[in-house]
Amino acid sequence: MKFKDYYEVLGVKRSASQDDIKRAYRRLARKYHPDVSKEPDAEARFKEMREAYAVLKDPEKRSAYDQFGENWKAGQDFQPPPDWGSKGERSSGGRAYGGAGDFSDFFETLFGQGGRGGFRYEAGGGRMRGEDASATISIPIEDAFRGATRTVSLEVPEIDSSGRLSRRRRTLNVKIPKGVTAGKRIRLENQGGPGMAGGAAGDLYLTVEFEPHPLYRAEGKDLYLELPVTPWEVALGRKVKVPTLAGTVDLKIPAGSGSGKTLRLKGRGLPGEPAGDQYVELKVVVPPAADAGARELYEKLEQEHDVNPRAKLGV
Amino acid sequence: MSQRSNESLRGVVLDERVTFTLSEFCQACGVETELIVEMVREGVIDPAEEAPEWRFHGHSLVRAQTALRLVRDLDVNWPGAALALDLLDELERLQRRP
Repeated sequence: MKFKDYYEVLGVKRSASQDDIKRAYRRLARKYHPDVSKEPDAEARFKEMREAYAVLKDPEKRSAYDQFGENWKAGQDFQPPPDWGSKGERSSGGRAYGGAGDFSDFFETLFGQGGRGGFRYEAGGGRMRGEDASATISIPIEDAFRGATRTVSLEVPEIDSSGRLSRRRRTLNVKIPKGVTAGKRIRLENQGGPGMAGGAAGDLYLTVEFEPHPLYRAEGKDLYLELPVTPWEVALGRKVKVPTLAGTVDLKIPAGSGSGKTLRLKGRGLPGEPAGDQYVELKVVVPPAADAGARELYEKLEQEHDVNPRAKLGV
Repeated sequence: MSQRSNESLRGVVLDERVTFTLSEFCQACGVETELIVEMVREGVIDPAEEAPEWRFHGHSLVRAQTALRLVRDLDVNWPGAALALDLLDELERLQRRP
């Protein structure tokens, strides 16, 4: 077991006052709280902070922890002294709403399983409901269009034969419902941590994210596509082919459309009631005057149709 | 574990198409009714159907659970959690744009 330097985790001196500790935790918690933070390792960092705070905010636990003195460094191999009794509540007397967070082995060895937030009390008879679990699932947009089954691998709490809570990796096949959009959560009832004493299992929440797509960008159920077009296609208002998730469709460009104009293909986005739309943003590409023929045509345009696109700029 | 890994699980998307009764909602949040009533009174969540037969949309479940974590971990009060949730929603909306 590795020693944990709780002071280091919160970035405070060993001599810090209780107020300093509270302030440091609050500041860090706002930065790293997984519901708020965009930091990639927010969840792991926040777990550490909460554990550190659970010890240092409690004068009794803090003084017990302080007995180890400052010679201990984070990551050092650690065994508690043989006469060490657990310095904290043994039972999970935590807050009513669960997920108080599973603390490290280091914490549990020193202070018991008081930090275990693996259960939530359920009405009656000491039954305890399992912990909710959450994970992110990254899918291609096509899965949201057609529906699919995806494999999710996640760590779940489990009660081993000796009655201790441990973690194991679990692989699940999950149906991706048609029409799901990025940021939505899928709830899988009773697929979280196991309950105790006949309590129900917790639930599993999957947050859906879309993998970056080479063509489309999704905003809710709507899809956005950038469509390269030639100057004459937009000037003359031609019919062009456009890819959609359901296949290629023809799109008539209104004559005289400018670059950046956005056209809407109604109902061609992600399915739903109503279905999303696909927005097609025209991007005029100008072919280079690569050969004599092309050059001649450009020159003819120049001579016979001389326009000043910068007139509005006063030049 | 009751589920074996080779069968596919079907979940529920927490959006406007799914609703929960008050007791289902409490169970999903792992809290007592009073706390949900408090959240409604403080404007953290809005019921899809009003009392006496309160029902809540899936989106409210996500909001309520996040609010519970914010209140627990950041020691904010309900209005503070509601404000954070609104700002987070707004931030997410903006980030999904180009």
